[in-house]
Amino acid sequence: MFSLFLEQLLNGLQSGVMLFLMASGLTLVFGVMGLINLAHGSLYMVGAFACAAVAAWTGSFWLGLVASLMTAALAGALVEMLIIRRLYNRDHLDQVLATFALILIFSEGTRWVFGSFPLFLSLPDFLTGTVVVGSSFEYPIFRLAIIVAGLAVAAGLFLLIGKTRLGIRIRAGEADRGMIAALGVDIDRLYTFVFALGAALAGLAGAFVGTTQSIQVGMGEPVLILAFVVIVIGGIGSIKGALVGSLLVGFTDTMGRFLLPYAFATFLDPSSATAIGSALASMLIYIVMALVLFLRPSGLFGTEA
Amino acid sequence: MTMNRETLINSILAVALVAVPLIALGMDEPFIITLATKVAIFAMAGVGLNLVLGYGGLVSFGHAAFFGIGGYAAGILASHALNYEPIMESPFLIEGTTQMIIIWIVALVVSAFVALVIGAITLRTSGVYFIMITLAFAQMIYYFAISWPAYGGEDGLSIYVRNGFPGLNTLDPISYFGLCAAMLGLAMLFSAVLIRSRFGLALQGARQNAQRMTAVGIAPFRIRLVAFVVSAMITALAGALYADLNRFVSPTMLSWHMSGEIMVFVILGGVGRLFGPLAGAALYIILEHLLGGVWEFWQLPLGVLLLIVVLFARGGLVGVLAGERKHA
Repeated sequence: MFSLFLEQLLNGLQSGVMLFLMASGLTLVFGVMGLINLAHGSLYMVGAFACAAVAAWTGSFWLGLVASLMTAALAGALVEMLIIRRLYNRDHLDQVLATFALILIFSEGTRWVFGSFPLFLSLPDFLTGTVVVGSSFEYPIFRLAIIVAGLAVAAGLFLLIGKTRLGIRIRAGEADRGMIAALGVDIDRLYTFVFALGAALAGLAGAFVGTTQSIQVGMGEPVLILAFVVIVIGGIGSIKGALVGSLLVGFTDTMGRFLLPYAFATFLDPSSATAIGSALASMLIYIVMALVLFLRPSGLFGTEA
Repeated sequence: MTMNRETLINSILAVALVAVPLIALGMDEPFIITLATKVAIFAMAGVGLNLVLGYGGLVSFGHAAFFGIGGYAAGILASHALNYEPIMESPFLIEGTTQMIIIWIVALVVSAFVALVIGAITLRTSGVYFIMITLAFAQMIYYFAISWPAYGGEDGLSIYVRNGFPGLNTLDPISYFGLCAAMLGLAMLFSAVLIRSRFGLALQGARQNAQRMTAVGIAPFRIRLVAFVVSAMITALAGALYADLNRFVSPTMLSWHMSGEIMVFVILGGVGRLFGPLAGAALYIILEHLLGGVWEFWQLPLGVLLLIVVLFARGGLVGVLAGERKHA
């Protein structure tokens, strides 16, 4: 039981870290450009497909990973320059619709190119085993690797935003876009970069998650909605909020699914305990979100509603 | 009222909605009647959403929740009635029903209650938060429907025989179309009366300037909450009709894609225009039918079209044809 608990805890961490890669891009784009981007999940999907296609073609998982980053970033930059750029001054309704249209285009386009069958990623050999700790606890190496890689990327992002000149510009863009444009920063290029950065993070998350599940059209949508929940909980625009929200959602979701059926089994018969427990578990993060919003309508780290 | 271009377009739309199925009846094309029924139902869902989206300026991205609740009201009540299993026996007996009128009442009551709860929480927020939270609540109901095994879970629930309406053979396509079109007409009439009423003016006032509304003594929150509930009820009624049209209800009706589609009907047709949802739903179904017949990946050109409408034709179909911009 304890090793199962530990395993679920690590799974929760993994899902939280992956969510952070998604949510940080969303929240950056919203914070800097004021844009709500539904197509963020499509970039996640693009990353996963690019990784699977290149890995299958070259036989190298690492090249696949590079491809996922590059393709998602490129797709992001292209979409930003062609379409998204026209939406910054529009209201949120237009942004929602235009990016919804982008989802249709990306999903159907991918289905057209790759067909409806799911793809699978095979891992390099040294990542396929399990780590054995103590006498009873085993955990797949690649899941640990995903956690470590995700945490490293997250740390890198915090350094980029917090310590570099580029990060200063991004934060300045968040605070006052007119002022930094007046100070001579090329705001168009900055926006394209921020969007491509978010896209690259989403693409990378797609490739990572693609190692644990099948890669198919529409895979980005559930993650996108979870990422929305994350940034709403954390406060839209706040990277720190995205981190806290991701971990909260990751743990709540994983542990809820794991523990609630047991909790209900203490006073219900097993079959209805499983049914009610899993039904409630699937709603748990939304309940948490509603609670957070009830107490703080602009999220944990949000500044304004 | 003078006959301006928008009124003319509206009249053409209304006449076409009724004429096309009648011609199809003459040509013995029941499939086209079904398509027209679908248009009427989707338009009605859009009429519901338009109330908050168009007139209230509240971008609800979760109206599939109400659409699906209406659908499940029809599915669940009918399945109990058809299997002769009472819904509950104690403390008092409640049985299922195959009568549409009772189903509609249940759909209205349940959706009103759910909308009251969701609205009370979501309307505390605004802007992007509102969009995302309405979406999240709809997802919550979606996942609940998927993981709750009693009513089919992910597989959905079949309604073996279309529910009944007094004095009407609902299985006859043209009769069912007539029923749906009449309900759409009622919903549009109701919505037209509502937006011209004191309440409707207050709702539009709250969209334009919430602070000023507060200053004249009208609390925007309450107005919006009532509008949200009414809007959900109209959409739920459309959902009940849709479940009966397909004789099937599944979590797909609750999915966020559905929310997006209902929104697309409204936008494609023209936000905040009475006939916008009808124009949008008709265009959508026609495109689906025409493009879908030619190309498997018809949603790709649909996406491109939608993008063009959003970027360049901001008044939607009715707006473009009527050639005038509505005050935003």
